[in-house]
Amino acid sequence: MAERLKVHVDPDKCQGHARCKALAPELFELDEYGNAHEAGDGTVPAGLEDKAWLAKSNCPEIAIDVTEE
Amino acid sequence: MSDVEQPAAHPPVTDWVHDFDHTDPQWTEDPFPIWDELRAASPVVHTKRFLGCYLPTTYEAVREIANDTEHFSSRRIIVRDVRPEITRNAAPPITSDPPEHKPAKQLLLPPFTPDAMKKLEPRVRAICNELIDGFISEGKVDAAARYSKYIPVRAIAHMLGIPESDSDLFINWIHMILELGIKDESKLLQAVQEMTAYFGGHIEARKNKPTGDLISYLMNARDKNGNPLEDTHVLGSLRLLLIAGIDTTWSAIGSSLWHLAKTPADRERLIAEPGLIPTAVEELLRAYSPVTMAREVVKETTVSGCPVKPGNMVLLSFPAANRDPKMFPDADKVVIDRRENRHAAFGLGIHRCVGSNLARMEMQVALEEWLKRIPDFRLDPAGTVTWSQGTVRGPRQLPFLLGKAM
Repeated sequence: MAERLKVHVDPDKCQGHARCKALAPELFELDEYGNAHEAGDGTVPAGLEDKAWLAKSNCPEIAIDVTEE
Repeated sequence: MSDVEQPAAHPPVTDWVHDFDHTDPQWTEDPFPIWDELRAASPVVHTKRFLGCYLPTTYEAVREIANDTEHFSSRRIIVRDVRPEITRNAAPPITSDPPEHKPAKQLLLPPFTPDAMKKLEPRVRAICNELIDGFISEGKVDAAARYSKYIPVRAIAHMLGIPESDSDLFINWIHMILELGIKDESKLLQAVQEMTAYFGGHIEARKNKPTGDLISYLMNARDKNGNPLEDTHVLGSLRLLLIAGIDTTWSAIGSSLWHLAKTPADRERLIAEPGLIPTAVEELLRAYSPVTMAREVVKETTVSGCPVKPGNMVLLSFPAANRDPKMFPDADKVVIDRRENRHAAFGLGIHRCVGSNLARMEMQVALEEWLKRIPDFRLDPAGTVTWSQGTVRGPRQLPFLLGKAM
Protein backbone atom coordinates (compact mmCIF):
# COMPACT_ATOMS: atom_id res chain seq x y z
CA MET A 1 0.00 0.00 0.00
CA ALA A 2 1.58 3.26 -1.14
CA GLU A 3 1.90 6.14 1.29
CA ARG A 4 -0.47 9.02 0.80
CA LEU A 5 1.22 12.32 -0.03
CA LYS A 6 0.42 15.84 1.10
CA VAL A 7 1.70 19.07 -0.45
CA HIS A 8 2.14 22.38 1.35
CA VAL A 9 3.26 25.79 0.09
CA ASP A 10 5.13 27.99 2.57
CA PRO A 11 3.43 31.37 2.03
CA ASP A 12 6.47 33.24 3.35
CA LYS A 13 8.71 31.67 0.72
CA CYS A 14 6.35 31.64 -2.28
CA GLN A 15 7.03 34.53 -4.67
CA GLY A 16 4.44 33.67 -7.28
CA HIS A 17 6.57 32.01 -9.95
CA ALA A 18 3.49 29.80 -10.49
CA ARG A 19 5.50 26.82 -11.66
CA CYS A 20 3.50 24.51 -9.38
CA LYS A 21 0.22 25.66 -10.89
CA ALA A 22 1.56 25.08 -14.41
CA LEU A 23 2.91 21.60 -13.62
CA ALA A 24 0.28 20.33 -11.18
CA PRO A 25 -2.87 22.40 -11.63
CA GLU A 26 -4.93 19.86 -9.66
CA LEU A 27 -2.79 20.30 -6.55
CA PHE A 28 -2.29 24.07 -6.32
CA GLU A 29 -4.31 27.27 -6.51
CA LEU A 30 -3.25 30.88 -7.01
CA ASP A 31 -4.61 33.92 -5.18
CA GLU A 32 -5.40 37.29 -6.76
CA TYR A 33 -1.68 38.20 -6.69
CA GLY A 34 -0.65 34.95 -8.34
CA ASN A 35 0.84 33.48 -5.16
CA ALA A 36 0.29 29.77 -4.63
CA HIS A 37 -1.29 27.64 -1.95
CA GLU A 38 -2.20 23.96 -1.88
CA ALA A 39 -5.68 22.96 -3.09
CA GLY A 40 -7.89 21.90 -0.19
CA ASP A 41 -5.90 20.35 2.65
CA GLY A 42 -3.07 19.44 0.29
CA THR A 43 -3.87 15.73 0.07
CA VAL A 44 -2.56 14.37 -3.22
CA PRO A 45 -5.13 12.17 -4.97
CA ALA A 46 -3.89 8.73 -6.05
CA GLY A 47 -2.20 8.93 -9.45
CA LEU A 48 -0.95 12.51 -9.03
CA GLU A 49 2.11 11.69 -6.90
CA ASP A 50 4.54 12.37 -9.75
CA LYS A 51 3.06 15.80 -10.27
CA ALA A 52 3.52 16.62 -6.59
CA TRP A 53 7.23 15.77 -6.77
CA LEU A 54 7.56 17.59 -10.09
CA ALA A 55 6.07 20.77 -8.62
CA LYS A 56 8.39 20.56 -5.62
CA SER A 57 11.48 20.06 -7.76
CA ASN A 58 10.67 23.02 -10.01
CA CYS A 59 9.90 25.62 -7.34
CA PRO A 60 12.69 28.21 -7.54
CA GLU A 61 12.00 29.38 -3.98
CA ILE A 62 12.02 25.88 -2.44
CA ALA A 63 8.63 26.77 -0.99
CA ILE A 64 6.89 23.42 -1.51
CA ASP A 65 6.97 20.54 0.96
CA VAL A 66 5.80 17.07 0.04
CA THR A 67 5.22 14.83 3.05
CA GLU A 68 4.22 11.19 3.33
CA GLU A 69 1.45 10.42 5.76
CA MET B 1 39.62 65.94 -26.14
CA SER B 2 37.06 68.09 -27.87
CA ASP B 3 34.15 65.68 -27.97
CA VAL B 4 32.81 65.69 -24.40
CA GLU B 5 29.71 63.80 -25.51
CA GLN B 6 31.75 60.73 -26.37
CA PRO B 7 31.38 58.07 -23.64
CA ALA B 8 34.61 56.70 -22.20
CA ALA B 9 35.80 53.58 -23.97
CA HIS B 10 36.62 50.68 -21.64
CA PRO B 11 40.07 49.13 -21.99
CA PRO B 12 39.90 45.51 -23.15
CA VAL B 13 39.83 42.88 -20.38
CA THR B 14 42.96 40.76 -19.96
CA ASP B 15 42.31 39.43 -16.42
CA TRP B 16 38.66 38.40 -16.11
CA VAL B 17 38.91 37.23 -12.50
CA HIS B 18 40.11 40.59 -11.12
CA ASP B 19 38.93 43.00 -13.80
CA PHE B 20 35.70 41.68 -15.33
CA ASP B 21 33.57 43.93 -17.55
CA HIS B 22 30.11 42.86 -18.69
CA THR B 23 30.24 45.41 -21.51
CA ASP B 24 33.39 43.91 -23.04
CA PRO B 25 32.79 42.62 -26.58
CA GLN B 26 34.01 39.16 -25.59
CA TRP B 27 31.36 38.94 -22.81
CA THR B 28 28.67 40.19 -25.16
CA GLU B 29 29.58 37.63 -27.81
CA ASP B 30 30.06 34.53 -25.66
CA PRO B 31 29.83 34.99 -21.87
CA PHE B 32 29.54 31.31 -20.94
CA PRO B 33 33.27 30.37 -20.83
CA ILE B 34 33.97 33.58 -18.93
CA TRP B 35 31.41 32.68 -16.26
CA ASP B 36 32.89 29.17 -15.97
CA GLU B 37 36.36 30.67 -15.47
CA LEU B 38 35.12 33.11 -12.83
CA ARG B 39 33.09 30.43 -11.03
CA ALA B 40 36.16 28.19 -10.85
CA ALA B 41 38.07 31.10 -9.26
CA SER B 42 35.56 32.19 -6.60
CA PRO B 43 31.84 32.30 -5.77
CA VAL B 44 32.16 36.11 -5.76
CA VAL B 45 34.61 38.11 -7.89
CA HIS B 46 35.25 41.86 -7.98
CA THR B 47 36.20 44.48 -10.53
CA LYS B 48 37.37 48.06 -9.99
CA ARG B 49 35.46 49.10 -13.08
CA PHE B 50 32.05 50.78 -12.70
CA LEU B 51 33.36 52.42 -9.46
CA GLY B 52 33.59 48.94 -7.92
CA CYS B 53 31.37 45.96 -8.60
CA TYR B 54 31.00 42.34 -7.41
CA LEU B 55 29.77 39.42 -9.46
CA PRO B 56 28.36 36.32 -7.72
CA THR B 57 29.17 33.38 -9.98
CA THR B 58 27.29 30.49 -8.35
CA TYR B 59 23.58 29.81 -8.01
CA GLU B 60 23.92 29.78 -4.21
CA ALA B 61 25.69 33.15 -4.07
CA VAL B 62 23.07 34.68 -6.35
CA ARG B 63 20.29 33.25 -4.17
CA GLU B 64 21.92 34.58 -0.98
CA ILE B 65 22.11 38.11 -2.38
CA ALA B 66 18.63 38.05 -3.91
CA ASN B 67 17.16 37.07 -0.53
CA ASP B 68 19.17 39.59 1.51
CA THR B 69 17.47 42.96 1.22
CA GLU B 70 19.17 44.17 4.41
CA HIS B 71 22.67 44.33 2.92
CA PHE B 72 21.74 44.68 -0.76
CA SER B 73 19.51 47.50 -1.95
CA SER B 74 17.54 47.75 -5.19
CA ARG B 75 17.75 51.55 -5.24
CA ARG B 76 20.24 51.14 -8.09
CA ILE B 77 19.58 48.26 -10.46
CA ILE B 78 21.84 48.94 -13.42
CA VAL B 79 25.63 48.77 -13.19
CA ARG B 80 26.99 51.81 -15.00
CA ASP B 81 30.11 53.97 -15.21
CA VAL B 82 28.51 56.60 -12.98
CA ARG B 83 26.34 56.66 -9.84
CA PRO B 84 23.87 59.45 -10.38
CA GLU B 85 21.68 60.73 -7.53
CA ILE B 86 18.94 58.33 -6.50
CA THR B 87 15.50 59.50 -7.53
CA ARG B 88 12.40 58.62 -5.54
CA ASN B 89 9.83 56.52 -7.39
CA ALA B 90 12.35 55.74 -10.14
CA ALA B 91 10.51 52.60 -11.22
CA PRO B 92 8.64 51.00 -8.31
CA PRO B 93 8.62 48.17 -7.27
CA ILE B 94 11.82 47.08 -9.05
CA THR B 95 13.76 49.98 -7.50
CA SER B 96 12.05 49.65 -4.10
CA ASP B 97 13.31 48.01 -0.91
CA PRO B 98 11.19 46.82 2.03
CA PRO B 99 8.89 48.11 3.42
CA GLU B 100 7.87 50.18 0.37
CA HIS B 101 8.37 47.25 -1.97
CA LYS B 102 5.43 45.03 -1.01
CA PRO B 103 2.52 47.42 -1.56
CA ALA B 104 4.04 48.65 -4.83
CA LYS B 105 4.47 45.08 -6.02
CA GLN B 106 1.01 43.93 -4.94
CA LEU B 107 -0.47 46.71 -6.98
CA LEU B 108 1.07 45.38 -10.17
CA LEU B 109 0.52 41.67 -9.60
CA PRO B 110 -3.23 41.17 -10.33
CA PRO B 111 -3.06 42.26 -14.00
CA PHE B 112 -0.22 39.76 -14.60
CA THR B 113 -1.58 36.49 -13.15
CA PRO B 114 -1.66 33.37 -15.37
CA ASP B 115 -5.45 33.78 -15.72
CA ALA B 116 -5.05 37.39 -16.88
CA MET B 117 -2.49 36.23 -19.43
CA LYS B 118 -4.92 33.68 -20.84
CA LYS B 119 -7.17 36.59 -21.83
CA LEU B 120 -4.31 38.32 -23.61
CA GLU B 121 -3.13 35.17 -25.40
CA PRO B 122 -5.38 35.45 -28.50
CA ARG B 123 -4.06 38.96 -29.20
CA VAL B 124 -0.46 37.73 -28.90
CA ARG B 125 -1.20 34.82 -31.24
CA ALA B 126 -2.64 37.28 -33.76
CA ILE B 127 0.39 39.59 -33.44
CA CYS B 128 2.73 36.64 -34.17
CA ASN B 129 0.78 35.69 -37.27
CA GLU B 130 0.57 39.28 -38.53
CA LEU B 131 4.36 39.49 -38.24
CA ILE B 132 4.93 36.15 -39.98
CA ASP B 133 2.57 37.22 -42.79
CA GLY B 134 4.91 40.16 -43.37
CA PHE B 135 7.97 38.08 -44.31
CA ILE B 136 7.10 34.42 -44.87
CA SER B 137 7.02 34.74 -48.66
CA GLU B 138 10.49 36.34 -48.78
CA GLY B 139 12.42 33.13 -48.05
CA LYS B 140 14.69 34.89 -45.55
CA VAL B 141 14.24 37.16 -42.56
CA ASP B 142 16.02 38.90 -39.72
CA ALA B 143 13.97 37.16 -37.05
CA ALA B 144 15.11 39.57 -34.34
CA ALA B 145 14.29 42.75 -36.25
CA ARG B 146 11.01 41.54 -37.73
CA TYR B 147 9.63 38.97 -35.29
CA SER B 148 10.95 38.61 -31.73
CA LYS B 149 11.38 42.37 -31.32
CA TYR B 150 7.75 43.28 -32.00
CA ILE B 151 5.85 40.60 -30.07
CA PRO B 152 6.46 41.87 -26.51
CA VAL B 153 6.29 45.56 -27.39
CA ARG B 154 2.94 45.19 -29.07
CA ALA B 155 1.59 42.97 -26.29
CA ILE B 156 2.55 45.42 -23.55
CA ALA B 157 1.25 48.38 -25.59
CA HIS B 158 -2.03 46.49 -25.93
CA MET B 159 -2.17 45.95 -22.16
CA LEU B 160 -1.24 49.55 -21.33
CA GLY B 161 -3.74 50.91 -23.83
CA ILE B 162 -1.24 52.85 -25.94
CA PRO B 163 -0.94 52.52 -29.73
CA GLU B 164 0.89 49.39 -30.90
CA SER B 165 2.04 51.53 -33.82
CA ASP B 166 4.27 53.54 -31.43
CA SER B 167 6.42 50.41 -30.96
CA ASP B 168 9.55 51.82 -32.60
CA LEU B 169 9.45 54.82 -30.28
CA PHE B 170 9.42 52.52 -27.23
CA ILE B 171 12.17 50.31 -28.63
CA ASN B 172 14.41 53.33 -29.12
CA TRP B 173 13.89 54.48 -25.50
CA ILE B 174 14.79 51.03 -24.21
CA HIS B 175 17.98 51.04 -26.28
CA MET B 176 18.92 54.46 -24.89
CA ILE B 177 18.27 53.43 -21.28
CA LEU B 178 19.59 49.88 -21.14
CA GLU B 179 22.49 49.98 -23.60
CA LEU B 180 23.67 53.51 -24.44
CA GLY B 181 22.88 54.72 -20.90
CA ILE B 182 25.54 52.47 -19.32
CA LYS B 183 28.27 54.76 -20.61
CA ASP B 184 26.37 57.92 -21.56
CA GLU B 185 24.15 59.37 -18.86
CA SER B 186 22.69 62.01 -21.19
CA LYS B 187 21.06 59.37 -23.40
CA LEU B 188 19.37 57.82 -20.41
CA LEU B 189 18.06 61.15 -19.14
CA GLN B 190 16.77 62.09 -22.56
CA ALA B 191 14.87 58.81 -22.89
CA VAL B 192 13.37 59.13 -19.40
CA GLN B 193 12.23 62.68 -20.15
CA GLU B 194 10.63 61.64 -23.41
CA MET B 195 8.87 58.71 -21.76
CA THR B 196 7.62 60.90 -18.95
CA ALA B 197 6.16 63.39 -21.43
CA TYR B 198 4.61 60.60 -23.49
CA PHE B 199 2.92 58.89 -20.54
CA GLY B 200 2.00 62.24 -19.02
CA GLY B 201 -0.13 62.87 -22.08
CA HIS B 202 -1.83 59.50 -21.83
CA ILE B 203 -2.53 60.04 -18.12
CA GLU B 204 -4.05 63.48 -18.79
CA ALA B 205 -6.28 62.04 -21.52
CA ARG B 206 -7.59 59.39 -19.12
CA LYS B 207 -8.40 61.93 -16.40
CA ASN B 208 -11.32 63.08 -18.53
CA LYS B 209 -12.05 59.78 -20.20
CA PRO B 210 -11.14 56.68 -18.16
CA THR B 211 -10.42 53.49 -20.08
CA GLY B 212 -10.19 49.82 -19.14
CA ASP B 213 -6.45 49.55 -19.69
CA LEU B 214 -3.46 49.23 -17.39
CA ILE B 215 -2.81 53.00 -17.31
CA SER B 216 -6.31 53.63 -15.98
CA TYR B 217 -5.89 50.70 -13.58
CA LEU B 218 -2.83 52.36 -12.05
CA MET B 219 -4.50 55.77 -11.95
CA ASN B 220 -7.47 54.27 -10.10
CA ALA B 221 -5.35 52.27 -7.65
CA ARG B 222 -5.43 53.31 -4.01
CA ASP B 223 -2.78 52.82 -1.33
CA LYS B 224 -3.55 51.27 2.05
CA ASN B 225 -4.84 54.60 3.34
CA GLY B 226 -7.24 54.94 0.43
CA ASN B 227 -5.24 57.64 -1.33
CA PRO B 228 -4.46 57.60 -5.05
CA LEU B 229 -0.85 57.00 -6.02
CA GLU B 230 1.38 60.00 -6.58
CA ASP B 231 1.76 60.88 -10.27
CA THR B 232 5.47 60.10 -10.02
CA HIS B 233 4.65 56.58 -8.79
CA VAL B 234 2.23 55.95 -11.67
CA LEU B 235 4.81 57.27 -14.15
CA GLY B 236 7.61 55.23 -12.59
CA SER B 237 5.59 52.03 -12.76
CA LEU B 238 4.59 52.71 -16.36
CA ARG B 239 8.23 53.27 -17.25
CA LEU B 240 9.08 49.99 -15.56
CA LEU B 241 6.39 48.02 -17.39
CA LEU B 242 7.49 49.37 -20.73
CA ILE B 243 11.22 48.93 -20.14
CA ALA B 244 11.02 45.57 -18.41
CA GLY B 245 8.37 44.16 -20.68
CA ILE B 246 10.08 44.67 -23.99
CA ASP B 247 13.66 43.76 -24.73
CA THR B 248 13.71 41.08 -22.05
CA THR B 249 11.17 38.86 -23.78
CA TRP B 250 12.36 40.02 -27.20
CA SER B 251 15.74 38.59 -26.19
CA ALA B 252 14.29 35.37 -24.81
CA ILE B 253 12.25 34.68 -27.96
CA GLY B 254 15.24 35.56 -30.16
CA SER B 255 17.64 33.30 -28.26
CA SER B 256 15.11 30.45 -28.42
CA LEU B 257 14.74 30.79 -32.19
CA TRP B 258 18.52 31.08 -32.55
CA HIS B 259 18.91 27.79 -30.65
CA LEU B 260 16.22 26.07 -32.74
CA ALA B 261 17.71 27.37 -36.01
CA LYS B 262 20.99 25.62 -35.28
CA THR B 263 19.54 22.54 -33.54
CA PRO B 264 17.30 20.66 -35.99
CA ALA B 265 16.80 17.73 -33.58
CA ASP B 266 15.18 19.98 -30.95
CA ARG B 267 13.11 21.74 -33.59
CA GLU B 268 11.79 18.48 -35.01
CA ARG B 269 10.97 17.18 -31.56
CA LEU B 270 8.94 20.29 -30.66
CA ILE B 271 7.05 20.07 -33.94
CA ALA B 272 6.27 16.40 -33.28
CA GLU B 273 5.46 17.03 -29.59
CA PRO B 274 4.06 20.57 -29.23
CA GLY B 275 3.01 19.65 -25.69
CA LEU B 276 6.70 19.77 -24.79
CA ILE B 277 7.01 23.47 -25.69
CA PRO B 278 6.30 24.78 -22.16
CA THR B 279 9.04 22.50 -20.75
CA ALA B 280 11.39 23.59 -23.55
CA VAL B 281 10.64 27.25 -22.82
CA GLU B 282 11.83 26.74 -19.22
CA GLU B 283 15.06 25.15 -20.43
CA LEU B 284 15.66 27.89 -23.00
CA LEU B 285 15.03 30.44 -20.25
CA ARG B 286 17.62 28.68 -18.10
CA ALA B 287 20.27 28.29 -20.77
CA TYR B 288 19.84 31.73 -22.37
CA SER B 289 18.48 33.83 -19.50
CA PRO B 290 18.37 37.36 -20.83
CA VAL B 291 18.27 39.46 -17.67
CA THR B 292 21.10 40.44 -15.31
CA MET B 293 19.90 42.67 -12.49
CA ALA B 294 21.98 44.63 -10.00
CA ARG B 295 22.05 45.61 -6.36
CA GLU B 296 24.00 48.17 -4.35
CA VAL B 297 25.84 46.97 -1.25
CA VAL B 298 24.57 49.11 1.64
CA LYS B 299 26.03 47.18 4.62
CA GLU B 300 29.16 45.11 5.01
CA THR B 301 28.56 41.35 4.97
CA THR B 302 29.85 38.09 3.49
CA VAL B 303 28.45 36.06 0.60
CA SER B 304 29.46 32.40 0.31
CA GLY B 305 32.35 33.27 2.62
CA CYS B 306 33.52 36.25 0.55
CA PRO B 307 33.63 39.72 2.16
CA VAL B 308 31.42 42.31 0.47
CA LYS B 309 31.79 46.02 1.17
CA PRO B 310 29.38 48.97 0.89
CA GLY B 311 29.87 51.44 -1.93
CA ASN B 312 30.16 48.67 -4.49
CA MET B 313 27.51 47.52 -6.89
CA VAL B 314 26.62 43.85 -7.46
CA LEU B 315 25.97 42.44 -10.89
CA LEU B 316 23.27 39.90 -9.98
CA SER B 317 23.77 37.49 -12.82
CA PHE B 318 20.82 35.14 -12.99
CA PRO B 319 22.18 33.93 -16.34
CA ALA B 320 25.48 32.86 -14.72
CA ALA B 321 23.62 31.21 -11.81
CA ASN B 322 21.62 29.20 -14.31
CA ARG B 323 24.82 27.78 -15.79
CA ASP B 324 26.16 26.56 -12.44
CA PRO B 325 26.89 22.82 -12.82
CA LYS B 326 26.47 22.29 -9.07
CA MET B 327 22.82 23.24 -9.47
CA PHE B 328 22.09 21.89 -12.96
CA PRO B 329 23.52 18.63 -14.34
CA ASP B 330 24.82 19.23 -17.88
CA ALA B 331 24.45 22.96 -17.21
CA ASP B 332 26.19 23.86 -20.45
CA LYS B 333 23.80 21.76 -22.58
CA VAL B 334 20.27 22.58 -23.66
CA VAL B 335 18.25 19.58 -22.46
CA ILE B 336 14.93 20.41 -24.00
CA ASP B 337 12.93 18.01 -21.82
CA ARG B 338 14.75 18.80 -18.53
CA ARG B 339 12.31 17.79 -15.79
CA GLU B 340 13.85 19.46 -12.75
CA ASN B 341 14.52 23.10 -13.46
CA ARG B 342 14.68 25.59 -10.62
CA HIS B 343 16.16 28.23 -12.90
CA ALA B 344 16.35 31.82 -11.75
CA ALA B 345 15.69 33.53 -15.09
CA PHE B 346 12.96 35.66 -13.50
CA GLY B 347 14.95 36.34 -10.37
CA LEU B 348 14.62 34.92 -6.87
CA GLY B 349 13.07 36.41 -3.74
CA ILE B 350 10.79 39.41 -3.44
CA HIS B 351 11.83 40.95 -6.77
CA ARG B 352 10.60 37.98 -8.85
CA CYS B 353 9.74 39.45 -12.25
CA VAL B 354 6.18 40.76 -12.16
CA GLY B 355 5.81 39.91 -15.85
CA SER B 356 7.03 36.30 -15.69
CA ASN B 357 3.62 34.88 -16.60
CA LEU B 358 3.40 37.31 -19.52
CA ALA B 359 6.88 36.44 -20.74
CA ARG B 360 6.21 32.70 -20.53
CA MET B 361 2.97 33.02 -22.44
CA GLU B 362 4.62 35.19 -25.12
CA MET B 363 7.51 32.75 -25.53
CA GLN B 364 5.23 29.73 -25.80
CA VAL B 365 2.91 31.40 -28.29
CA ALA B 366 5.79 32.87 -30.32
CA LEU B 367 7.45 29.44 -30.66
CA GLU B 368 4.18 27.60 -31.33
CA GLU B 369 3.07 29.94 -34.10
CA TRP B 370 6.54 30.11 -35.67
CA LEU B 371 7.01 26.32 -35.71
CA LYS B 372 3.50 25.79 -37.11
CA ARG B 373 4.15 28.04 -40.06
CA ILE B 374 7.94 27.81 -40.45
CA PRO B 375 8.99 24.29 -39.48
CA ASP B 376 12.27 24.54 -41.42
CA PHE B 377 14.72 27.40 -40.95
CA ARG B 378 18.44 27.87 -40.39
CA LEU B 379 21.03 30.58 -39.81
CA ASP B 380 21.88 32.45 -43.00
CA PRO B 381 25.62 31.83 -43.55
CA ALA B 382 25.82 35.14 -45.44
CA GLY B 383 24.59 37.10 -42.39
CA THR B 384 25.91 37.80 -38.89
CA VAL B 385 24.17 37.23 -35.55
CA THR B 386 24.76 40.14 -33.16
CA TRP B 387 23.99 40.30 -29.42
CA SER B 388 22.91 43.18 -27.22
CA GLN B 389 25.32 44.53 -24.62
CA GLY B 390 24.83 44.99 -20.91
CA THR B 391 21.81 44.32 -18.73
CA VAL B 392 19.74 42.27 -21.16
CA ARG B 393 21.33 39.74 -23.50
CA GLY B 394 19.72 38.54 -26.68
CA PRO B 395 20.17 38.52 -30.45
CA ARG B 396 19.61 41.90 -32.08
CA GLN B 397 20.30 40.65 -35.59
CA LEU B 398 19.20 37.12 -36.43
CA PRO B 399 19.41 36.36 -40.15
CA PHE B 400 17.55 33.18 -41.10
CA LEU B 401 16.89 31.32 -44.32
CA LEU B 402 13.36 29.94 -44.34
CA GLY B 403 12.35 26.59 -45.83
CA LYS B 404 14.19 23.36 -46.36
CA ALA B 405 17.88 23.53 -47.27
CA MET B 406 18.48 22.69 -50.95
